[in-house]
This record gives sequence, C-alpha cells and structure tokens, in this order.
Amino acid sequence: MMASSYNAKEEDGHHPGASNNGGAGVVKSKKPDNTAFKQQRLPAWQPILTAGTVLPAFFVIGLIFIPIGIGLYVTSNNIKEYEIDYTGADVNNACYNCAKNFSWNSTTPCLCSVPFTLEQPFESNVFMYYGLSNFYQNHRRYVKSRDDSQLNGDQSALKSPSKECEPYRTSEGQPIAPCGAIANSLFNDTLELYHIDSNGTRNAIPLVKKGIAWWTDKHVKFRNPGGNDNLTVAFQGTSKPVNWRKPVFEMDPSDPENNGFINEDFIVWMRTAALPTFRKLYRIIQKKSSTTPTLPSGKYVLEITYNYPVRSFDGRKRMILSTISWMGGKNPFLGIAYITVGSICFFLGVVLLIIHHKYDTRNSSADIPS
Amino acid sequence: MTLKSPLDRVRGALRGQRAREKDLRNLVSNLPYEGLGKAKQPNRYFPDNAIKTTKYTLLLFIPMNLFEQFHRPANIYFVGLAILNFVPVVNAFQPEVALIPVCVILALAALKDAWEDFRRYQSDRKLNNTPCFVYSRKDERFTESRWKDVQVGDFVKVVCNEVVPADLLLLHTSDPNGVCHIDTSNLDGETNLKQRRAMSGLCISDPEFEPESFNNSVVVCEKPDNNLNHFKCYVEKPDEAKVGAGIESLLLRGCKMRNTDHAVGFVVYAGHETKSMLNNNGPRYKRSKLERKLNIDVIFCVILLLCMCLVGALGHFSWLQALPSVPPYLVPDSNGHLDSPSLSGFYMFFTMIILLQILIPISLYISIELVKIGQIYFITNDIDLHDDETGRLVQCKALNITEDLGQIEYIFSDKTGTLTENKMVFRRCSIMGTEYPHKENAIRLAVLAEPESGEEVIFNQRPQPPQTGWSLDAEGTDPDVTPRHRLKSKVKGNAQSDVAFSSPLETEVIPDRKLLQQTSRAGSSRGSRKTDPYLDFFLGLAICNTVVVSMATAQRQRVSGFPHSGQENNSQDTLTESVSLRHIFTSWRRKSKRNRTILEDSVVEEDHFNPPVTKEEAGDTNGLQMCSLHAPSDKTSDNLSYEAESPDEAALVYAAKAYGFTLLDRTPDSVTVRLPSGEDLVFEVLDTLNFDSNRKRMSVLVRHPITKENVLYSKGADYAIMELLEHLSGKQKNMAAGTQHHLNCYAKDGLRTLCFTKKIVSDKAYESWSVNRQRALAAIDNREELVMDTAVQLETGLSLLGATGIEDRLQESVPDTIVALREAGIQVWMLTGDKPETAVNIGYACRLLEEEDLVINMSCKNKLECTSILDCTLEEVRRYSEDPRNVGTTQDISLVIDGRSLTMALSSDLQDRFVDLAKRCRSVLCCRVTPSQKSRVVKVVREKLKVLTLAVGDGANDVNMIQAADIGIGLSGQDGMQAVMASDFAISRFKHLKKLLLVHGHWCYTRLANMIIYFFYKNVAYVNLLFWYQFFCGFSGTAMIDYWLMIFFNLFFTSVPPIMFGIMDKDVSAEMLLGVPELYRTGQGAGEYTFSTFWVSMLDAFYQSLVCFFIPYLAYQDSDIDVFTFGTPLNTISLFTILLHLSIEIKGWTVVHCVIMLGSVALYFIVTLAYSAICVTCNPPSNPYWILQSQMADPMFYLICIITTVVALMPRYMFHVLKNSIAPSPLVQARHLDRLDPFTRDEWMKEWRSFRSTGRVKRSRLSTPPSPTLETPTDIYPQSVTPADVMEDEFPLNVMTKNYQRPVNTRETDSLAT
Repeated sequence: MMASSYNAKEEDGHHPGASNNGGAGVVKSKKPDNTAFKQQRLPAWQPILTAGTVLPAFFVIGLIFIPIGIGLYVTSNNIKEYEIDYTGADVNNACYNCAKNFSWNSTTPCLCSVPFTLEQPFESNVFMYYGLSNFYQNHRRYVKSRDDSQLNGDQSALKSPSKECEPYRTSEGQPIAPCGAIANSLFNDTLELYHIDSNGTRNAIPLVKKGIAWWTDKHVKFRNPGGNDNLTVAFQGTSKPVNWRKPVFEMDPSDPENNGFINEDFIVWMRTAALPTFRKLYRIIQKKSSTTPTLPSGKYVLEITYNYPVRSFDGRKRMILSTISWMGGKNPFLGIAYITVGSICFFLGVVLLIIHHKYDTRNSSADIPS
Repeated sequence: MTLKSPLDRVRGALRGQRAREKDLRNLVSNLPYEGLGKAKQPNRYFPDNAIKTTKYTLLLFIPMNLFEQFHRPANIYFVGLAILNFVPVVNAFQPEVALIPVCVILALAALKDAWEDFRRYQSDRKLNNTPCFVYSRKDERFTESRWKDVQVGDFVKVVCNEVVPADLLLLHTSDPNGVCHIDTSNLDGETNLKQRRAMSGLCISDPEFEPESFNNSVVVCEKPDNNLNHFKCYVEKPDEAKVGAGIESLLLRGCKMRNTDHAVGFVVYAGHETKSMLNNNGPRYKRSKLERKLNIDVIFCVILLLCMCLVGALGHFSWLQALPSVPPYLVPDSNGHLDSPSLSGFYMFFTMIILLQILIPISLYISIELVKIGQIYFITNDIDLHDDETGRLVQCKALNITEDLGQIEYIFSDKTGTLTENKMVFRRCSIMGTEYPHKENAIRLAVLAEPESGEEVIFNQRPQPPQTGWSLDAEGTDPDVTPRHRLKSKVKGNAQSDVAFSSPLETEVIPDRKLLQQTSRAGSSRGSRKTDPYLDFFLGLAICNTVVVSMATAQRQRVSGFPHSGQENNSQDTLTESVSLRHIFTSWRRKSKRNRTILEDSVVEEDHFNPPVTKEEAGDTNGLQMCSLHAPSDKTSDNLSYEAESPDEAALVYAAKAYGFTLLDRTPDSVTVRLPSGEDLVFEVLDTLNFDSNRKRMSVLVRHPITKENVLYSKGADYAIMELLEHLSGKQKNMAAGTQHHLNCYAKDGLRTLCFTKKIVSDKAYESWSVNRQRALAAIDNREELVMDTAVQLETGLSLLGATGIEDRLQESVPDTIVALREAGIQVWMLTGDKPETAVNIGYACRLLEEEDLVINMSCKNKLECTSILDCTLEEVRRYSEDPRNVGTTQDISLVIDGRSLTMALSSDLQDRFVDLAKRCRSVLCCRVTPSQKSRVVKVVREKLKVLTLAVGDGANDVNMIQAADIGIGLSGQDGMQAVMASDFAISRFKHLKKLLLVHGHWCYTRLANMIIYFFYKNVAYVNLLFWYQFFCGFSGTAMIDYWLMIFFNLFFTSVPPIMFGIMDKDVSAEMLLGVPELYRTGQGAGEYTFSTFWVSMLDAFYQSLVCFFIPYLAYQDSDIDVFTFGTPLNTISLFTILLHLSIEIKGWTVVHCVIMLGSVALYFIVTLAYSAICVTCNPPSNPYWILQSQMADPMFYLICIITTVVALMPRYMFHVLKNSIAPSPLVQARHLDRLDPFTRDEWMKEWRSFRSTGRVKRSRLSTPPSPTLETPTDIYPQSVTPADVMEDEFPLNVMTKNYQRPVNTRETDSLAT
C-alpha cells in the first residue's frame, strides 16, 4: 500500500533555561520551547501518490466493486415490478373519459377499470404504489405550505395555523385542518385490485393500509389534537381543506385508529417527494402463505375511482405493483454503476502498472535534479 | 455659585477647542491655582495625563464594533443577503435562520476585538495608576501622585531609572551642569543615552529647585506633533525676557531617566498629546499578493453566482411558461393571486442569490485570519530564529503578509549592520600620508576570531552551553584558563553590545609599535605639541564625536539604589491589537530588565578582570609588553564606558584610548581628554556640527586650552572631505594623494574609511560665523537647512590629518545565506552608502559576487554617458544571451553602480533600460546611495518588474527602503530600532532570513494558497448540489438539505480541517527546504495559486458536485424518497468528498490532522443524529425527524455514499498520481527524498550539491569570453589602482573579472551541505 515513513526527528532533549534558571537565566526565559509541536516536527505520515503506491488500491477497489455490482444487479433483476399508467391521456385508455371531464370541482366520482395480466407470479409481500409524474411536490412554496405543529396535535396551531399555510389557512372564517397546499392537494384516487381467476370471477385482493407510513411519523410526528378518541369534537371549529370531500376525521371510516392527522395515506402524502416523478406507497398485499404466491400470474382488474386531476400540469398517474428486496425497489442503476466503476478501477490499475514500470523505477533512485 | 448655563458650556468648549488648535500655546504654572475648581484652572483646556487607548466603551461596544466590521465588503454582502431574506416574496430560508452564519462570524470577530480591547484597557489602567512625584504647594514638596492626575502646568520630579510620565520641559536636574540623560529605547529603541539639558537662564542653580519661582513665567510652545526630534518653545519670564528651548530640553513621556539622581520638569504636553502617544500608530495593514489575487477570484465567484442565479431565474420563467394551467402544487399568495411567470422569474433571481450565497465563502476571510495567526505563532516560536546572544525572537508586526515571504524575487539589503555585524573594530590608520598597518592588532583579531568562531558554532547548536552561562557563580569556580576567559568575555561583550559598544573586540586595540613611538615622541617634546599632526590626529579621534562617557560603577550604584519601577515601557504600548505587538513589548521589557542584569554583570566582570587589557596580553601575545606600559593604568579610565550613537565613533574613541588619549568626560560645553602624559586637557566646546547624510561629515569646534586657538576637527567620508581641503601645496598634495591611496586600499580590504581634518579658525572668523549660526539656530522656518548651510560655511579649507580604516566583520553565515537565497531564485541587491571599492569587496566576501562573474562598473558623470553605457551594455548582454552558442550558458553578470549614476539611471527616461539591464544581472551593488535613493530603487524595481520585493536593513537610513518594499524586514542590531519599528518582520541576524524565507515563507505560502483554493472548491462543490437540484424542482429555490444542517456544514463540520490544513500542513521538511533552496522557486511569480489552479479546482468542484448529485439522483429515481431524505445522503456524500478531497491534498499527516479529520466526521454524525432525534417540529417546513437514523439503517445509503465518493474523487486522485509519476514536480521529488532516512538523505544532498557545483564550473568553462565589442567602450580595471586613476575616473564602464583581492577574513564556509 502507500509507502509511509515516519520522519520523526530525534528530540534534542535539551530544554532551554532548565539548567540555568538562577540569576541571569531570567534573561532567556522567552526562548521558545523546543517541542515537536511548536517546532513543527510532529511525526508525520507522508503519503506520496504515485503509480506504484496507489495501484494496489485500484485493484482492490475493482475487486470489491465488481462483485457488489453483480450482486446489486442480480437483486434488482429479481425484483418484479408491474406498472399501469391510468392517466387517461390518450383515447385508448380506459380512464380517458374520466380524465377529460374531471376537475377538482366535480362532485360525482368517476370510475374506470383497467384490466391487466401478470405474466409472472409475485412472491412474498407485494407493495402497491401510486405514481405521479411531473408533479412538483418539491416546489419551494409547496414544501413550505404546511404546519407541522398543527399536524403534531398542537391545539393552538389547530385553531390558528401558521402563516406558511396561506392561502389555505382559513376557509369561511374557520381555520383549515390540516392547513396548507400539501394537504389540500392530497391524492384521493381510490385503487382496488381484483384477481380474475380461471372461472372469470373477480376476487378482491385484500389491500392492507396499515404500515405504509414511517413508524415514527405515525407515532411521533403526526398526532391528533387531544388524543385519538372523539375526533369530531377535537376538530370542531375547523374546516376541511377546500379540495377535500370529507373532513380529516372521517378519512377512514373502517378504522378509527387511522383517522385524523394519523391517517396513513395522509401521512404518506405529507412526506413530500424529492423529485417530480415519484411514487408513494399505497397499499401492501400481504403474503398469504409460503406455498402460494401473493399474486399469482393471471388476469387482474384495477378499479379506479378517478378523483385526482393531473391534466393541469401534464401529469401522469400510475399504479405500480412491486416486490421489494433489501435494496428497495427495482433499480438496476446502482448495480451497473458498481460494475462500471469497478471495471474502470481495474483498468486504471493496469494503466498504472504500465506507468509504474515505465516511470516509477526512475523515481525510486534519487536523481531529482535535472 | 450658579449652575453653568448650557450656553456657557458651549462657549467653554469652543474656547477649549480654540486653545488646543492654536499654533502656539501659553502655559502657566498650576501652583497658584492649586485647590481651585476646575473652571478656574488656566490649563483646563488641555487634556490630562490619563490615557485611553481602548477603541470601544462598554456601552457602545456593539454598535461601534458592528460599524467597524461593516467596513468589510464581505460582511455587508452577507448581511445584505440576510436582510433580503426577510422579504417574503424572495426568501429562501426562514429569515431568522439565514442570519445565523452572519451573526456567528460577526460575533467571533467581535469577541476577538473585545478581548483585545480589554487587554488595552488593562494596560491603560495600569499605566494611569503608575506613581510619580508632583509638586504640591500645600505641602511645599513633591508628593506622590498617579500618572493620570498629572496636569499640564504641573511640576514633576523624575528620579533615576524612573519613566517620565508626560512630556516635560526640563527645568532642573541634580547634575550641577544641568544635564540629565535619558534612555529612549521605549520610544525609538535606541539604547544609547541621550543628553538633555535643563533650560538655561531660567533655573536658579540652587541645589533645590523652587517651583514657586516659576509662577509668573509663561511657557509658550507649539501645538503638539509627533516628531520625536523636534520641539520648540520659549519661556517668558516675569521681566518679559524670553528664553528659548528645543528638543534638548524636553523629556519625552516614556523615556527613562538615567545617570541622573533626579530632574524636575514642567508638564507641557500630557496624555494623548505627548509625542510618544502621537507616534503610537496601530499595526500597519498591508495587503498580500495572494490576497489581491484572492479578491479577483472572489469577483469571479460573484460573476459565477450571478450566472447561476440568472439560469435559475430564466429556468423558473420558462418552467412556468410551459405549464398548461395552474397545477395544484403552485401556491398562490394569500389573496389567491399568482404572479406572472416573468415577475416570478425576477423574484427567483434574488431567491437564488440567497440560496446560493455561500458560493462566496463567508468564512473565508475569518479563516484566513485565523490561519495567519497560526502561522505567525509557528514563526515566532521557531527556535532556529531565536538569537541566543541577544535573546531576541523573530517578531511579526504585519499580520497579514506571511505568505508573501514565500514569493520573494528581489531582496534589497543594506550592508552595514545587516550583512555585517556593525561591530566596529579599529584596524588601520594613515597619518600624514604614512600608513600604520597595526599588524599586531590584525594578528590578535585573527587569533581571536578563530577559536571564537568555532565556539560560536557550538554556541548556536547548544542553546545553553554550561561554561558560557551568564551565571555569576560559574566564574568563581572556573579554573581560569585563558582561552575560556577570552571566550567568556566575548560572550558577555556580545550580550551587552546593545547597551554599550564595549565588547573586548572593539575596546581592546593593540597599538601599532611604530605609531606608538611616534606619538610618545611627539608627546614628550612639549614644544612641538602645537603643530604635531599625530597629536592632532588622536585628539580628533577622541574629540570629534558625540560619544557620551558613563562610569560603569556609577551606573551600578544608581541601578541598585532605586527599586525598579516595573511597567515603564508601557507608555508606548496601548497593547496594540496584534499578537506581534505584544511580542515587541515583551522584548522591550525583557531588554530593559536585561540591561540591568548585564550592568551588574559587567561590573562584577570588571572586578575580576582588572585591568582587562593586561591580562589579555599576558595570556595571548607576548611580544607586546611595552604596550601595556603605555596603556592607561589607573582605575578610573578602565571603568569608563562609552556610549555612542554609531559604533564607528566608539571604535575610534577606543583606538584613541589605546594610544593614551582617553576621553574622560563630555559635557555640552566641554570635553576632557587625558593625554598619554597623564595630563588632563579640558577643551571648551564651542559648537558641534552634527552628522547628516547630505554632508556626510561631522565637526566639532573647540577651544584649545593651551594654545587658545579655535580648532575645528572634522571627520567624514573621504569624498566628502577631500573636496574641502585647503589649497594644496606640493607636499600636502602628495600627502593627500598618499592618504587617498591608503583609503582605496582600505576600501578594497572592505574597511570603512573616515578622513580626519583639522582647521584653525581665527577668533574673528569664528565671531562672524557664530552670529550666523545663532541666527540659523533661532530661525523658525527651514531651520534645518540654514543650520546645515552654516556648517558647510565653516567646513572649508580643511587640512588633512589622516584616515582610519575600521573593520566591520561579516555576520556569521552571510555568504551561506546569500548563496542559498540566490539558489532559491532570489536576486539579491546590496544598497550601501559605502564606497564602491568597499562594497565590491564585501560583495565578494559575502558571495554576492563570484570570482568568475563579469562585473560591470557603472559610474558616470553625466546623463549622456550614462545612457550610452546602459545602451551598450544592454545590447551586449542581449546579443550574448541570444547567441545560439550561449544557450544555457549564461554568463553571470553583476552590476556595480554608484549613487550619482543611479540617480541618472533612475530618471524616467532611462529607468526602463536600467531595470532591463539589472534584471539580467545576477547581482547589483549600489554604492554611495542615500536613504531616499534606496527606497527609489526598491520602488522602481517593484513597479517595473512587478515582482515581490523584500528590503532588509537595520538602521534609520533603511527605513525608507523598508517601507517601500512589499515586505520590510528590520534587523534589530546595533543601530537602534527605527528599522525594526518600520518593518513588517524583525529578525536579529541576517542568516535568519534563510529559514524565514525558504522554510516559513514556502510553508506559509503553500499552506495558504492551497487552503484558499480548497475553500473556493469546497463552497462551489457544496452549493452546486443545490443548484443541480433546481433543475428538478422547477427552479423554485428549494433546498433539499435542512437549513440548519446546511449552515452547520460550513460553519462547523468542514471549517476546522481547512484551517488546520492552512496552519499545519507540511509538504516538505525544513531540512529539505534549507538543503535544496531551489524548491523555493515554486512559490515565485504566479506560484501555486494561479489562474489555472483556481479554475481547475472550480471545474473539479463542478464535476464533483455533478457526481454527488446525479449518482444519488439516478439511484433514487422514481422511488418514494422524500425531499429531506434525499438530501441526507447528498449532505453526507459531500462531507466525505470534501474531507477526503482535503486528505488527498494534505501532504503530511500528524496526530492533529487525524484527530481533526475524524473529529469533523464524528461531529457531523453526532450532531445530525442528535438533531434528527430531537427535532420533531422545531424547524418547519423541513423536518429532519429520524431521517438520518432511517437512512443509516438502509444498506443503500452506504452503497451510494461509497460509490459516489469514489467516483467524485477519482479524477483528482488520478491527476495527482499521474502527475507525480510521469512528471513529478521538484517538490514531489523532495518529498520522496524526505522519506529516506536522514543519513541517506544528507548523503544524497551532498552528492547533488557537488554535482551542481561541477555543473556550474562546466558551464562557465563552456562560456565564450565576452566578444570584443564589449571591450571597446570599456577597459580592464587595472590590478593596482593609482589614486590618480580613481580621482579622475576616466573610464566609465569597467568590466572587471576577479580583479579584487579577497579580504583577509571572510568566513568561507564551503560545505554548504552540512
């Protein structure tokens, strides 16, 4: 590896003034201490980057990176993913009509269903995402437009939300709960998945809506004002966000623990996406048993309650089914990157080896002056 | 009593203002008004003696300090941005958060200022409470009071060794002659005692002074000014008679009373109006070359920033334009109204500025300041720059130009005292045309020099050699061996040399046998005394000077009699803001203490070695017994110590003493000289025409006690004297020619020459001249010129007595140092006031000139000649260097030019040609130059060649030059401290320059340059992450990193490593830098910090930020990652990239490096983890809660961090590797060598040196002799110069090649490698 040399200079050992402190010795009291630090003689490791010293490092990096890359690539390839675009932007799409006519102000939900076929069975837990494109959840003003105190269950913030929430702060004289643009633009499509078995019967696939948000978000960051019981009272005197159809405490009629600010769909939405094309976890399809795949191959129908208009920003809406590995969703990039970088390092190592043979021998024999 | 109306008060204030501003002030005694209210005091308008040097007051500290800090454009910029952030439409962060970095920076700076100010306050308080004696009418005696209570108009008594509390008009002293001595070392650093005279005609010479008698007199004096050598006032006595007084009657605040029991003075200026306070300016601010470049790059950064902001603004605009309608993520303002795209784009421009503001590194300036403090700390603590003899350290007075030390290309050096010791030894003399070579003296010096030089080496290697300690008890136990004896006295002599010029080397002159016989013969025959030139010569030596005689024993008694009053030297101080100034103080304080101890020492020593002369001879030279017979044997003359303004004078007085002409006493009116016969002659001093650099001579006019003639003794430079000789008859002409010949020989030997003349002034002539003189002295306007004119009037028709040659030995290791500096690519010029011959000789001695050099001697009478010489030589040199045969075999050319030619050469039309020629010369020697010419040379070279210049000098005549150069270095030597006061760095030996430049200069420069480049890189690399993100958030100015973490990132996580890097990084060891001076060249010219290095690192920063952004981006693309979770790995990656980038740049890893690097990483993780654990809702809208924790639980985080860091750093790493392998720079090669074990390394360096020197020989052998054309306008300088040749100086251009003899005692140290 890197050549190292400790050029520790022997300490001279004499400390001025030590021998001669009486009488006139005072005169010299100002003499600087002869310590390694003050004299800048601390023992130092002085690596010099030359081909000879660093080329092992390149080979080692190459040797480590390539297997990692292969592992990542294989893992990523083993992940099964299926994606359906249901925006309805073009005429052939099942949701074309819904998309064309729909706006925030529509009162009646528009329904459409998209049939699809899974070629391969999905093993283990399957995660169901909804994906949006071209939705800039990371816009500076949009990101700011929320009140974390309110979402944390702060009573005073509930009644008078932060100014950041403007113009979604109050509605008809009442404070909005939850306030702000993020909450206001909550994704409100409903997706249901049916498996069509060989008989042609539709079997609804159970979608678990618990556990889709971070544990810390659900239990620490987001809290309902005054605990979870009797949310109707707690949210009295507040108004629902303008785009919402129902108030926050009626989000999930089926589960009282999933209402108010701690509604997991809401929490997931509130974690603003970093990039304009993003996906958010919608539901989890739990693995049933070890013998049967979670989603066997075959025909499926996706039933969509089309509530969310995306035409205003040329957006796309997708439904994604994906299994998950330790490295998350399907993304071959990292594997490829590791393999590439590893190879480059290996190649550079070879180049350096050549350079080393050509030049470094000269350097080692000390013939500096030219 | 009525209350004063406001009107009265205003009137009073106005009156006070008027009184202070008036050109002349009338001061009366306070005594009649003692005890009356303030309003009745006549001197109430003048400030009292309390001083306040603090900048701030407790209440107004914050506003005043802020005001002070806002003088810096960078601070205004950052505060402006912070304020901009409060505007809602453009703000990027929460406004309060954006204030934090600015506040932290301002607070740090304010803290530093406050601490410094507090120290000033403390020292002020101490000073103001120093006790002193003020006359009180009530008690009718001097009562103890405090300095701050002293008022203008008071009478203050100062006792011996006490510090003068205010500027006092001296009215009375304990000395019957009305004389007292002061030591002004606290003010100007000059350690010789100065005489002050009580105002004549005022003081009733009672033994006790009655202040009451002064009650009706009025002192009229000028407005205070800062000229330490100028003061004018007169006293109007009750009978309306006026008595004038000048600086010779003023005791300056801060001086110390010496040799006088007590003195009483009238306070004329107090407190801030005293001359010492008016002289007290803070440290100078110089801007280094690097800093100038840095500021240009800051401007580039500003342009870059504006470009990026423009991109952001345009991007936002077009992004908005492209939207088909209003999407839900576009948040309108509170009225539900959306701005138009163009207006939003306009706002976005400002938001971007706020977001990307740290592209201009906010902490850069304060980091640079910290780094420089650290660098100065290391410089001042370098044990190698500590002078063991004087105990002086290197002082850094300019705090911000350390890195300039590493880029010097031209050094301008003074000769006397800088290259030489400025310890004068009388060597030879010529009287009436006969030369007395003083062979014995030369032998003694040679003998003395040899073991001593050997000892000196040991002395320098071991800071505390046991046998040479200053401890007194060591002497008693020592079994006195003569050589050791001598050594000891030598060491002592050196040590006390700043007190008096009394080292044995200078004091002990062994008389020339022949001359001694001559003098004794002359002395014995009484009749011939009147005319005997030998007597006159020695009388001239003894009288014609301003040497003050002080008795060693007397001094000692006084010193021990009065308790030392501690804090005397603070008067100057105000404990100025800088670290370095504290050093000055400590060194002053130390010195003053040391003076005391040394005085005591010297007395003891005298007791042991009494009389020293005889003992010396007994052990040393045996053929000289007869000398001791003539040497003065009585004790009083042995106890004399001479304190001279210049060491030459002391050397001459000691020489005279050796021949029995002992200067016994000097008062303003008389000089007492003891003749060899034992007879004391008291000469009445009629006038003293002081030395000035225009006349280059001084004279003393005395009345001979026996012949009653008025005799004018003059001494001066030969050319200043020879012109003034009286009309010469044949014999005298011969004598003058002979003397001139001797002078030339002396000069060739490198001796300093002085001519002595005598003139008898008739009473009548004296009378008439005296009237003129008085008139000139009394003149108010251009008094100096008039006084000089009168001096010139009298100094005519002189008759030559003889000449002396004084040796000034080279300081140790001077040739070494000069060779090393030259190898380092630095051109060394010598500027001296000496004759060309002396200068050339010293030039050879210190290896400024080499044997094989082609020496061009320029001395021309008129401009035409000068032009033609310049043109010819230039043409020749050019042709020579362009000749293809001479490629790579450049002949070393040296130029010797005298003051007169220099004036012409520097005139505006010839300047360019002169500089062009000088540029091609290896060394340039300027002789007979005046101080103003020195500074002119420096300025011309500096401006024409655009190089960094360094001037080094030790005397007052170098001050101009020191101030003109980029770096001024003062040598704290024999010649007082003016040079040191004016300098940026002060060293004690010339040889220290080598380490200061080659090692510290190189280090400081590379460290700072690399740190600054790194700082720019760091900020650009980090800020660009935000910029790239704008492409994915609609250019809306979102930051994906939590604001707090972003601020901490720059302020804490990554700020310490670069500072440490700037203070401590060591690319090449000191041994290597000293051994291979060529390494210094890397810093010269553009150095490492160039336009290209800056932009390369900028490009690297762009590349790295691209990698750091896009690898995580691609890895997290289309996933459910949220804004701040995305930012966390980016932040972490940047941290690693930035720190590892620094680790690539760090050349030597010490424990400190490792601790700080690991500490920074640890700090990042600890702070971020703690912050993400605690902050649930504390920092909306960003919410870091548990983000890093969840990331650190994810293996992807690590995988991304690793690959990104590797990819980001790969190019730089490869770049270094390839560069170091394929085309290693000298520095890298040196580092290779550094890693060898010391023995091999030394071997190698030796080998390399021999290789180089043979290379040089080869080169000069190869070179063709100068082409014949060169010789046509020139002439070969003859081997032996006849006086006539020199006098006429026919040939203007002399090409000399090794014509001069080498001086006898140059210390040749060839083994440079050791």
